[in-house]
Amino acid sequence: MAAGKSKQKKMNVRVDFTPMVDMMMLLITFFMLCTSLAKPQTMELSMPSNDKNIQDQDKTVTKESYTITIYCTADNQIYYVAGMVKPEDPKCLKKTTWGAKGIRSVIINHTTEDGTQPTIDVMKAKIELDKKHENPDPKQKMPDSIYNQQLAQIKAGNINGRHINTLTVIIKATDDASYKNLVDALDEMNICSIGKYVIDKINDNDLKLLKENNVKL
Amino acid sequence: MAKIKIKKADVWIDMTPMSDVMVLLLTFFMLTSTFVKQEPVKVQTPGSVSEIKVPENNVLNVLVGNDGKIFMSMDKTTDTQAALASVTDQFGITLTPAQEKAFLDDPMWGVPMQKLQAYLSLDKNTRPQELKNFGIPTDSVKGKTGDAAMSEFQLWVKAAKEANPDAKIAIKADEKTPYKTVKKIMSELQDMNENRYYLITQYKKAED
Repeated sequence: MAAGKSKQKKMNVRVDFTPMVDMMMLLITFFMLCTSLAKPQTMELSMPSNDKNIQDQDKTVTKESYTITIYCTADNQIYYVAGMVKPEDPKCLKKTTWGAKGIRSVIINHTTEDGTQPTIDVMKAKIELDKKHENPDPKQKMPDSIYNQQLAQIKAGNINGRHINTLTVIIKATDDASYKNLVDALDEMNICSIGKYVIDKINDNDLKLLKENNVKL
Repeated sequence: MAKIKIKKADVWIDMTPMSDVMVLLLTFFMLTSTFVKQEPVKVQTPGSVSEIKVPENNVLNVLVGNDGKIFMSMDKTTDTQAALASVTDQFGITLTPAQEKAFLDDPMWGVPMQKLQAYLSLDKNTRPQELKNFGIPTDSVKGKTGDAAMSEFQLWVKAAKEANPDAKIAIKADEKTPYKTVKKIMSELQDMNENRYYLITQYKKAED
């Protein structure tokens, strides 16, 4: 009898957690359905001003061989012109592909008239900087503000106290190119550490060149 | 007799560890996730290697669907209210308090001004369905010329900027949006000297 009594007491101490689990399940389902885990990323973009009254001194002048023009056209196609766009010479337009083997290698391996490969130099300097920035030792780690400052310097062509001319990339997209193409092109600028790039409208010369090459706009 | 009692005790399953795990999961979800905003159109953002996060405050969101429909939202209700007041003023529209409340309740706005009043008088449950068919027009307002001929989109941006001068423009467009639409938006922003903005993307690793 005495043993039975103590057994009953033991049973009473136990709290039933099943309703709590039920509630938790409900809450978790709610959170899983109503929230998103991934925080979206952004790209910062600065466009040139539409102001027509820009003085000549505010314009940047680049050497011909330091320019690449990229055309994003319909059906995810991509073309480029190294140097000046010459509508009278349809062969200056070359076709390439998206991604590392296509446009990226074009930008990286572009050799200028001075025999330099500015993108390679800039990317090398950036890798060096990244190493300093991502130093595993927290004490030697470079603060973000200094990192961004130096990165801007490198992108402008000031590497280790030396100044080199960097590439200028002009991105042009036709009406039927998708927004993804534009973002991908901007992405390549980021990957290749191109400091000077601009999104420009297609003009008559470009149209003529693309048409002569039978490019679907 | 004793045998039966032991069996009864065995049926009981201890739920404590399970509830422990549940609490952990719940806390994880609560801390790491953000609430999904109701968007009138589904938008799949393109991937990019950029690792900059979207600013959390003072953002003017511009949502562009793949058919080119534009919707907007601001993170602070007071800013939305001020922008709404300014734009309705310019169009000579007066909203009833109920209509204004309906406007502020919506997660995003994007109805042409002419149809705004009729839209806001609709029932709360039919509005999200209706909103899908609209979108802020980007062509200039009829009957005006020169600088006054701003599109409704530009008027909204201007009003939003006046309501909150720190507001940054974040464009969230679908990856299949034709460049034509994006170009139109960009050039309209350029015309108003809004030259810096964010493009919302998804993180993607750069393939080697």
